[in-house]
This record gives sequence, C-alpha cells and structure tokens, in this order.
Amino acid sequence: MRASRALGLSPRAAAALGLFLAVMLLLPFLVNAYIVSVLVVVLFAAYFGQSWNIMTGFAGQLSLGHALYVGLGAYTSAALFVHFGLTPWLGMIAGMAVAALAGSAIAALSFRFRVGGVYFALLTIAFAEFTRILFDHFGWVGATEGLFLPVANLAHDDPVRLRGSPVMFYYLLLVLSLAALVLSHSLLDRRVGYYWQAIREDEEAARALGIDVFRYKIAAMALSAAMTALGGTLLAFYDNNLYPDTVFAMGRSIEIIIAPIIGGLGTLFGPIVGAFLLTGLGETMTNLSTYFEISGLKQWFYGAALLAIVALQPSGLWPWLSRALGLWERRR
Amino acid sequence: MLYLNIIVAGLLTGAVYGLMALGLSVIFGVVRIVNFAHGEMMVLAMYGACLANAGLGLDPLLAVPLVTLTLFLLGYALQRGLINRYIARPDHEQFLLLLAVATMITASLLMGFGPDARNVQLGYAYDSYQIGAMLLDKVRLLAAAGAVLGAAALSGFFRFTRTGKSIRACADNQFGAQVVGLDVKRLYAVTFGLGAACVGAAGCLMLLLVDVQPYIATDYTLLAFIIVILGGLGSMPGALFGGILVGVSEALSGFLVEPSFKSAFSFGLLILVLLVRPQGLLGRA
Repeated sequence: MRASRALGLSPRAAAALGLFLAVMLLLPFLVNAYIVSVLVVVLFAAYFGQSWNIMTGFAGQLSLGHALYVGLGAYTSAALFVHFGLTPWLGMIAGMAVAALAGSAIAALSFRFRVGGVYFALLTIAFAEFTRILFDHFGWVGATEGLFLPVANLAHDDPVRLRGSPVMFYYLLLVLSLAALVLSHSLLDRRVGYYWQAIREDEEAARALGIDVFRYKIAAMALSAAMTALGGTLLAFYDNNLYPDTVFAMGRSIEIIIAPIIGGLGTLFGPIVGAFLLTGLGETMTNLSTYFEISGLKQWFYGAALLAIVALQPSGLWPWLSRALGLWERRR
Repeated sequence: MLYLNIIVAGLLTGAVYGLMALGLSVIFGVVRIVNFAHGEMMVLAMYGACLANAGLGLDPLLAVPLVTLTLFLLGYALQRGLINRYIARPDHEQFLLLLAVATMITASLLMGFGPDARNVQLGYAYDSYQIGAMLLDKVRLLAAAGAVLGAAALSGFFRFTRTGKSIRACADNQFGAQVVGLDVKRLYAVTFGLGAACVGAAGCLMLLLVDVQPYIATDYTLLAFIIVILGGLGSMPGALFGGILVGVSEALSGFLVEPSFKSAFSFGLLILVLLVRPQGLLGRA
C-alpha cells in the first residue's frame, strides 16, 4: 500500500494516462474545426472542474459561486488588455491575485463567523450574484453592453497577446489541465492535502488534532479561486466578448461543479472524465434537438441523464470506471 | 405619501414571497434537504394556474385549491419515490438530484408552453382602493390576504393536527420519532408535499401580479433562499418576515436606485445577515 501510494499510479494506469495524452496531443491534426471547438469546451470544463475540486473535493467546502472567480480573472485581464494594452500573461497574474484576494476575503468572513455547510454554499452564490449585478453597472468594463477584445487574426497565432486559433487555445488548455492534474496530485501527497482531507472528513476532529482549520480552509479557497481566474483569462481571450450576465451567471457556477461531481468528487481524474461526458452529452443533445426542432428537449434529456447518474453512480463515474478498466487510483 | 404607497405595495408582494419561502423553510426544517427545485415548482404552479384559467376559465384565486392539491401530490410523490433515498447522502449528491429535477421541470415547461411570457387577463386587474392618500391595488391586496391565510392554515395544521404534531416531532428529533413508532419516511413525504403546496398557492397568487415564463425559475429559487436565510432557515414566522423584508427592500431600491439593482440589495441583505446573524433574524441560535 505504501509503495503504490508513493508511486501514485500503477504501471497499467501510467500506460493508460500516456496513451490518453498521446491521443489528446494528436487529436487536432485528425479532426475537423467543429470537433476542436467542442474539445476546447471539454478542456475548459475539465480545468474549471479541477480548480473547483480543490475547494470542495479536497477541503470539503461546498462552493456554488465559482463563476465569481471566472469573471474576476476574465474581466481583470481583459480590461487591462483593452485599456492599457497589457499582455494577458501579466493580466492573468493580476486576475489571479484579485480572485485569490476575493476568495480569501469571502472564506475568511464566512469561517470567522462560523458559516458552514449549506449556509456557506448559499453565501458563495450571494457573493457571485452581487458581483454580477455590480458589473452590470460598472461602466469602465462596459456594464451590460459588454467588453470586447479586438478580433483575432486567425492567419497566425500570437501567443504573446493570446490572439489566435482554437487549436492554440486547445494546446494551452491541455497544458493547463495537465499542470492542474500534477499540482492536485502533489498537493494530495503533501501535508496540506492530508490536512484538507482531515477537515473534509471531520472538521472538529481535525481541529482537535491541532490543525489550523481556519487557515487551511482559506488556503484552499485562495488557491481554487486563483486557478479558476487563470481559466477565466483564457476564456476571455478565447470568447473575445464578456457580458456580466453570462460570465458571472449562476448557470456557469453550476456547470463548473457538475462535471467533477459526475466524474467523482475529490478524485484526480473525475473532473476530466466528467467534462468529457457532460460536454459530449450536451453537444449530442443540442444536435438532436436541432434535428427534432423541439425547444427544451436538450435540457430535458440533460436533466434525465443527471438523474440517471445520481441514481446509479452517486459517488461519480471515475471510481467505477477505474475499477472496470483495472486502473488503480488511490481513493481521493 | 408616495413612499408609503411603495412600501405598502412591497409589503403586500412580500407576503406572497413569504408564502413561497415558507415552503422551502418547512422542507429544510424537517427533511433537512435544500430544495434547489423550489423556483421551478413555483413556476410550475404558475403555469398550472394559467392552464386552469385558459381551460376552465378559473380565476387564479379560485384555482388555488386545485393547484395546491396537485402540487401537494407531486411533492409527496417526489419525496416518496426519489428524495427519501438521498436523505443521509452528502450535500453535493442531494444538490445534483434536485438540480436534475429542476432542469427537467423547466425543460418540460419549455416544451409544453414555449419560451414566451404568459399571463391571465383579469377584469379587476387595475382596480384599487383609496384610504386617505394611500392607494391599494386590489390584486396585491387579494394576493397578500391569500398568502397570509395560507400561512395561517399551515401553522394551524402543524399546531393542532396529529400529523402536524408528528412532523414537528420528526423535526425536533428524528431518531426519537422513529423510536416511538412514527413512520418518518411517510411524514417526510407529507412535509415535502406541504412545502410544495405552499408553493402551489403562492404560484397562483403570484400570477395575479406578474407574468410567467420558464426561465424565471432560478430567480425564484434564489429569492426563496434569500428570504429563508434572512428570516431563519426552518423558522415559519421568519419566512413570512423575510418575505416582507425582501418585498419592501425590492420596492424601495427599485424606486430609489434603479430596478435592475433591486436584487443586489437583496443579496447584500443576505450577505449581511449571514455574517452577522447566520441563524437568521428570527431563527433560534
């Protein structure tokens, strides 16, 4: 047990991961532009899910307002780019700092006043919605009219200014998601990861063992928020337009958390598996409902699929899938 | 005087909000489930009242018993058939379950009625009463009266009937209730049914005041969350009080600041109360 824990992956799992990566690296050369755009959506979902997973999956604090950090990251870097021509690589650091600060402040306020569980979840929604309405009236970033980035010249990619084709974003996101995977894995192996899991399983017991619960919960929130904001920057430069009502939408917060829950909350690969499944499902439903021309059909099947998953595999698909494929992952 | 009119209008609308939120509060207080499909059930009830109006020619006020009974049965069946199995599950699984239910309700409404807004035409829609310099809209007054009656009926049920007392026993001590032989699962189903019934009545009353379309459901869910937390999750007077508070705050901020800013004030109130008094204004610590 100890040896395999140190390794993290069995040889078979390592081989499967290598194969998966090779396929992902080659895919843009094999498929058409539409599939690439869908894969970009998958990778966004996977990365946001991985970021959220640290807060809720590892440290056990249910956040339902992660759109807030997507929005802060997106708006900070985009506004700095539009108004001052600042490169998004510096803008994203500013965005991450803003989001980390906001996340720590929200977490500190909540946990200082012992707001936990369902109340904490509702508080995160409240802060996200509050910020959305503020941005609706924030003229410097376009308010409800939206903030637009100069359209990219697709002839050649310009990674310095993050102007380019979906393929460029695909590879950027792939690297980002892989980095998040490595980071999550190494965090779980460290003291901080064990502390988080102790807090998740039993906060009082963790406190009794001398863990500074307050500090570690804030650290989880700050890291999760900063990672989410980094994805938000990429989203802003990929979409080229930002509206408060879509960027900060409650629907986005919910979308962010469905993939990791369905994939397997607190697992390393759950967010990625969930992102593939959900985006694939969503695209299929969109195509089907366009074919049948019934509005609402997509959402209906989407809801039914969620219901089926929560009924059949409530702890997520990855634990089941990894067992079925004979891959072994240390549980959480 | 204008202020008084605005405050009174907000107060009356707030009573209907309160009845809706009362349903959420009752469900959480007893079953310990956060009903993320609350707004969706509300919109379902509003469409039910629309349908009763279009098909049977019923005034939304007269549709209250029918819609309330339907929602009660739906709520009962939902808890009995589905949610009861998730009682002891982690928060995120319950969230996903109710999110799935919510998504399917909205999608069904979208398929059945389309995305356009609907309302009912009432002969008395623009009638009002004048008391001194104060103007009272007839629809608002009727809706608020209905909401207060509904809340009183529920309160009476919990106080005086055997089932109501059993449900309170479950809420106080689930294990103890089981020990003395109460059928907790059935009582949970009745409770969820009652919560849904509140929403059923509130939906009919709300239709007197606003149009309905499928996508407003999330707004109602959030509104109900805000109200019950302001008043105190699980507290019945708290839900009504919170509803009235939000109704007045919406009316005032819509008038003084800007209508698009009114929910920012509600969320601001929520944040303030959660941080300063997380058990809610009328909740027990």
